[in-house]
Amino acid sequence: MAAALQYPANVSSFNSYNDLFPDWTQKEVSTGTTIMAVEFDGGVVMGADSRTTTGAYIANRVTDKLTPIHDRIFCCRSGSAADTQAIADAVTYQLGFHSIELDEAPLVQTAASLFRDMCYRYREELMAGIIVAGWDKRRGGQVYTVPVGGMMSRQPVSVGGSGSSYIYGYVDSNYKAEMSKEECLKFTAGALALAMERDGSSGGVVRLAVITEQGVERQVILGNQLPQFSTV
Amino acid sequence: MATVSVCQYHPGGFSFENCKRNALLEADITKLGFSSPAARKTGTTICGVVYKDGVVLGADTRATEGMVVADKNCSKIHYISPNIYCCGAGTAADTEMTTQIISSNLELHALSTGRLPRVATANRMLKQMLFRYQGYIGAALVLGGVDCAGPHLYSIYPHGSTDKLPYVTMGSGSLAAMAVFEDRYRPNMEEEEAKHLVRDAIAAGIFNDLGSGSNIDLCVITKGKVDYLRPHDVANKKGVREDNIDGRPVTGSYRYKHGTTGVLTKVVIPLNLEVVEESVHTMDTS
Repeated sequence: MAAALQYPANVSSFNSYNDLFPDWTQKEVSTGTTIMAVEFDGGVVMGADSRTTTGAYIANRVTDKLTPIHDRIFCCRSGSAADTQAIADAVTYQLGFHSIELDEAPLVQTAASLFRDMCYRYREELMAGIIVAGWDKRRGGQVYTVPVGGMMSRQPVSVGGSGSSYIYGYVDSNYKAEMSKEECLKFTAGALALAMERDGSSGGVVRLAVITEQGVERQVILGNQLPQFSTV
Repeated sequence: MATVSVCQYHPGGFSFENCKRNALLEADITKLGFSSPAARKTGTTICGVVYKDGVVLGADTRATEGMVVADKNCSKIHYISPNIYCCGAGTAADTEMTTQIISSNLELHALSTGRLPRVATANRMLKQMLFRYQGYIGAALVLGGVDCAGPHLYSIYPHGSTDKLPYVTMGSGSLAAMAVFEDRYRPNMEEEEAKHLVRDAIAAGIFNDLGSGSNIDLCVITKGKVDYLRPHDVANKKGVREDNIDGRPVTGSYRYKHGTTGVLTKVVIPLNLEVVEESVHTMDTS
């Protein structure tokens, strides 16, 4: 999702001062991105790169795109940084309120539905591709994808963002049902490393999160520790 | 009879009613050959860094209106609360008003909670307001302060996205300033080192970006104390104009000392001319 909203022609004269104000002072901030989530027996593994761009400038090279929505529910954000941050904040509030009313931990499906409702209702105004993943008591580890447009679908493995196009082949050929937690981590790290290598809008470090009944474990894989594939 | 209501209540969100009219007016004005007044922008280099005891915020002091410097010494570090300050880049009016609105709301909030406000609260308020206006408020901010949870630094973009980082730069000179930060930033610096780093980052913006210039303002925020250093460094002193030479008033002297320009060769060719005709015309000065 490397798109950026342009200012319409009738609003202010930003565009005329090209020497003084280069394009990255005017482009919207986009999480170029590669994001991914995989289900395994007992939980989910989520991963994301760490690059946020405004045009050709990297505004933040250590972004955390894995946002906590609740104790055992996280979301991966791709698309417009402002839109996804605003949606995540709103859903966090709604889910927290719902959980207090229920006096129980909320379901991952509930969180995904809240995202879907917002992304579909405001689909014309928003540019947000979100993957919701987490663990709950009823169905264990689940991954729901809510791409641009506001569809919601549960999938065992899901990739998103501008870098995802480069790794569909790797994901489809290397995914096996019933992988262990370690295999999932290796699979996710490998896929993200490949995408970050090829996609200009993805890069930085790999952030991983494992969500299980016991809690959330977070990891960072730095640039020089990424898995190496070919030496081309 | 039905009463006519003067104030139309609109249900919220940005009102786009005048946009079409503005576009037509703009076109008409351009056809006549004039240009509508440009919004004054703070071209700007602003930055902030978290150090051992707090945060240091820095800004240049040039405000531009198109290609002309409108204000040579404007203040870009705005007060939000006693422990929180905010640097603003983008449209000057937008940064000024946005920070004032949030400062006012935050003071009321602090009176309600009975506590010193947190930087995260100011960040929330700013990002939610900017998101509501969908980027039409051109305010790019560096928000920094010290609260009960320690020192915090945020960068806030006009569309409403924020990043919480140990060092940030914004504005047209941000690339120059970021280059300095990426080279010399270390976690847990001492105050003098942090001030020096921020000063150098802003200086990089001032000297390498046309939209930034003049002086360097600094704001050092620690637990219980704020040092607002304006100016911290007058990097661009105005030159002295030659008003008189040896008591004689002159308006710009174009005389230079012998030897200012080095002479490489000198060739003298005498022109032997005959006087053919000589006439005198008197000027009528009556």
